[in-house]
Amino acid sequence: MREVAVIGVSMIKFGRYPDRSVQELGAQAGLEALKDCGVEMKAVEALYSGNLYQTSGSGQRILQQMGQTGIPVVNVANACATGSTAFREAYFAIASGAYDMVLAIGSEQMGKQGLLGSGGDPATSPEGRVGSYIMPSVFGMAGMEHSRAYGTQQEHFALASVKNHFHSTQNPLAQYQKESPLDEVLNSRTIAYPNTLLMCCPTGDGAAAAVLCSMDKARQYTTQPIKVAASVLTSDPYTDRDLTLPDISTLTRNAAKIAYEQAGLGPEDLSQVELHDCFATAELLHYENLGLCADGEAGKHVASGAPWINNRIPTKYEEDIAPLQDKTYQPRSKAVVNASGGLLSKGHPLGATGVANIAEIVWHLRGQAGNRQVEGSKVGLAHVIGLASACTINILQK
Amino acid sequence: MAEAATATPETRPLVPHLKLGETRDQDYLAGSRCQNCGTLYVGPRQFCAKCSSQGPFATERLSSNGEVYVWSIIHQSRPGIPTPYIAAVVDLPEGVAVNANILGVEPKPENMHFGMKVKMETEKVSEDREGNSYIAYHFVPA
Repeated sequence: MREVAVIGVSMIKFGRYPDRSVQELGAQAGLEALKDCGVEMKAVEALYSGNLYQTSGSGQRILQQMGQTGIPVVNVANACATGSTAFREAYFAIASGAYDMVLAIGSEQMGKQGLLGSGGDPATSPEGRVGSYIMPSVFGMAGMEHSRAYGTQQEHFALASVKNHFHSTQNPLAQYQKESPLDEVLNSRTIAYPNTLLMCCPTGDGAAAAVLCSMDKARQYTTQPIKVAASVLTSDPYTDRDLTLPDISTLTRNAAKIAYEQAGLGPEDLSQVELHDCFATAELLHYENLGLCADGEAGKHVASGAPWINNRIPTKYEEDIAPLQDKTYQPRSKAVVNASGGLLSKGHPLGATGVANIAEIVWHLRGQAGNRQVEGSKVGLAHVIGLASACTINILQK
Repeated sequence: MAEAATATPETRPLVPHLKLGETRDQDYLAGSRCQNCGTLYVGPRQFCAKCSSQGPFATERLSSNGEVYVWSIIHQSRPGIPTPYIAAVVDLPEGVAVNANILGVEPKPENMHFGMKVKMETEKVSEDREGNSYIAYHFVPA
């Protein structure tokens, strides 16, 4: 396997684009990523297109906008891990030696339909009669499982939302760029306990792209090639509560173990992490799943300030957060988590998310992340999980 | 003019792991045990995800008493579904778990606790356009 570099990235600001087609969003992202590294469309040898709601033909429709060169197109769908799976396929295309230059594009147009769906004939749907299967419920219960095991309070989960909304104020590409202090998060209406409205990611539209090439050719295009140090995909192994309570943790732990081995790095080596905070509860679970802190310490970890930009709680929030802190707590990892604002505030157009995470980390590793720059970032981990379930972890290194 | 015969409306379980008796107090949850590796599943099953065999599977009656493993209170659901309600995962003594609503408790966090002992009940919850009735189960505090 050859070393693979990311040489160009882009992301369309997440939001609502009712007047544009999803292939226009994807094509814009693709062209901007090519411009980012000065590569022409005719040099691209294959396209890996991640799109969940309009998967079939998504990549071909994008090429009909940005350059119909006749190259092979692979359309990818893998739940919320759709974009990151497309990136991983692109990675393998280069690593295997099959191609020298490929493009990965993630795109999605969700409008305002939300994640609840129609669920078919209400007369025969078990939803709300025999428990609940909608995403907010799944992630509410995942948080409650953590509370059951470790006594984690709603306030601890809420801190992930406070942090990510705070981070997003410095990200002009985020769907929302508005702070939400702890009392505002806790007092917004409950969606599925313990998650309130501000502890759930929004729906939206967007696209992101990455240009990958072999490391030996990367320096022809950029002085700052970013190495893909690990690229891992797992599905969920059988568990005793299978299909009752989707297990978002075991497959993440499995992926993290493989990724750290591939990269020859550990959680203590990470400068930053973009992880899958579709709900605030999920962020805390993934601190432990990725080894950023010991099991049961996620609440203490977020309250310690470690995963915040500059590794500290902003002064204006100190008083709110002090009662939730354990002053004796020593963080295992000082990786800044979701500097972009995370899914909670940056947004989560499903197919775009996994590629946008890659773009975010690349910008930090190049020192181009503006006011939200993680100082001296050297290694970043991008984690995505989609229910059903699929987990990707990509580790990028300067 | 020939007309399709009007089918007699049926009483059906809302989910496949609920087996209906003659009366509602005879309804029960059913599992399938893999005869190759012994894994018990909730509901009917053709293949085993644990040992990758094609079974065969033996149907087993599951207990109607259980304990709340985790719960959430759902305040926003799909259109037409009344909220709030308590959604839970209930562990059964056979070592399997089922999704269920918890009734008989006002849906507030302070009324719920992990490990709460609950028992199953069933009732008619809906009727489709052909007049078929659907029976669902839920749990109430034991």
